[in-house]
Amino acid sequence: MSAAGPSHGDNAGKAFLEVREVRKHYGAIKAVDGVSFKVGPGEIVGVIGPNGSGKTTLFNSILGQIRPTSGSVEFCGEDITAMSPLELSRRGVGRTFQTLQVFGQLPVRDNLIVAAQEFQGSLPGRLFAAPDAGLGERADRMIELFRLKHVAQLPAGRLSYGQQKLIDIAMAFMPNPRLVLLDEPCAGVNPSLVDQLRELLVELNRSQGGSFVVIEHNMDFIMKLCPHVICMVEGKVLSEGKPADVQANPAVLEAYLGN
Amino acid sequence: MNARVHLLALAAALAALAIVALYLKRSEVYLLTLWAVYVMATMGLNLTAGYAGQMSLGQAAFFGIGAYLAAILLKLGWPFLAVLPVAALVCFVVGLALGFPALRVQHHYLAFATLGFNVLVYLAMRNEEQITGGTFGISGIPRPTFLGIDLGGHVAYWYWTLGSLVVLGGILWWLLRSPWGRAFAALRDNPIRAESLGVNITAYTLLAFAIGAAFAGVGGVYYASLVEFIEPGPFHFSTSLMMLLAVIVGGSGKFYGPALGTAIVILLPEFLRGSSTPWLKFMQVWYLAVFGIAVVALMIWLPGGLLSIRERLDRKGGPQ
Repeated sequence: MSAAGPSHGDNAGKAFLEVREVRKHYGAIKAVDGVSFKVGPGEIVGVIGPNGSGKTTLFNSILGQIRPTSGSVEFCGEDITAMSPLELSRRGVGRTFQTLQVFGQLPVRDNLIVAAQEFQGSLPGRLFAAPDAGLGERADRMIELFRLKHVAQLPAGRLSYGQQKLIDIAMAFMPNPRLVLLDEPCAGVNPSLVDQLRELLVELNRSQGGSFVVIEHNMDFIMKLCPHVICMVEGKVLSEGKPADVQANPAVLEAYLGN
Repeated sequence: MNARVHLLALAAALAALAIVALYLKRSEVYLLTLWAVYVMATMGLNLTAGYAGQMSLGQAAFFGIGAYLAAILLKLGWPFLAVLPVAALVCFVVGLALGFPALRVQHHYLAFATLGFNVLVYLAMRNEEQITGGTFGISGIPRPTFLGIDLGGHVAYWYWTLGSLVVLGGILWWLLRSPWGRAFAALRDNPIRAESLGVNITAYTLLAFAIGAAFAGVGGVYYASLVEFIEPGPFHFSTSLMMLLAVIVGGSGKFYGPALGTAIVILLPEFLRGSSTPWLKFMQVWYLAVFGIAVVALMIWLPGGLLSIRERLDRKGGPQ
């Protein structure tokens, strides 16, 4: 797909995320406690861990939704710690949320267009732009890819959970982001759709070349999708490496299953 | 409805509105013009509250600012067409300022913040006698001439207002069809997601207030020239409540919602009051009670307003 998203500047192709010693403490509770990891260009990294291990808090700390207590986040050599989601989106960082986040009253096609239109021209310029902001074709291709053609003109809020989940994910990829953080993309999705979702992400990774960080509880999904996996427990990185190695780590098994 | 059918239906409705004025009494044409003037303001409120989801109970204040500006400037001899952009611009700027609380608070908290603004403006209108004439108001506001045509007559002024309403409606239609319209809807539906997708929610929130306020300011100019005498009463916050009710009853976030809602909320009681037919006389007495029950029923069965009836019926047809 052609680039339609945020300006990639001179660093195009050098997408690189470095999280250093990020901590998020709520009083005595250490939700995230000194997490460090790196994501290379085009890399897909999985983040696993039991409920309450701090995965979503880590995401929110990276993505400016909450301010980390300490630590830093660097993206393409720039310090992006505590930057607002708006500023991050302009740098090509996208995300999906744990819960569905679509624009319920807008038709599916408009959900996709609005996901990328703000990167086209200036704010006053968009008032005078074509109604589809020149993104109609791109939205149609995304609709095709995500098999949403039959519902493209319906308000997103009226569709099934699985369909809304697909829209939610498709929206994150509409601006052609350099880095996408996906928070439990398989949550609530039926098993037949999980494989389709994985194939879609692989295809988007191939065609757009962005890097992904994926939080997921579906082990099969994460093991097949991610060449590199991080396991978090109690706010810390417990294990990191190839999926098979992490899965075989006794400490990881203990964290999930207990003694 | 496809675009051609839509345009034809709109043209037919406008033609009917234009022709019917020739057969109506003077007071009835006045009421029609009053409806069009209020629709200008409620159209703006529909953008702020219906499309962009920013609750506002201060629309009558902008309506009043526009009306007072018109009263003062028209009496100073300014041409009507010069007053319009001034009123729109002043209300746009004040609307921007009113948008700032919306960046901090939402829903009923925002409603009270905007209501407070309305009270403030109302008090200024009542107490700043040197400028506004206080409770005595400003009288002798002239009606305009356009290309040498005197618009002082009730039918001529109705045509002038109706034509202006069509132009304003066209501007709003174009704005809503632009990427801005989609961004306003995104702001309304899910501001957190919108921001993560690059939608500048600060800018769009402020713009939603400012543009909505500018529409009300323009409406106020037409109002002042219509009634020829203004005082603070019509700009009390209760008018803001009625305007919001008009938007909700007609269909919040529906393009024709304000036109329908304003007809029901503002025009219908006036028509009933002026009627001498026996059963309508009964309605005059019981109007408020019937209206109150009807609004409660509407909010239960059609929370999206009267124009959402098709969606409601579609939904009853079964899940997609």
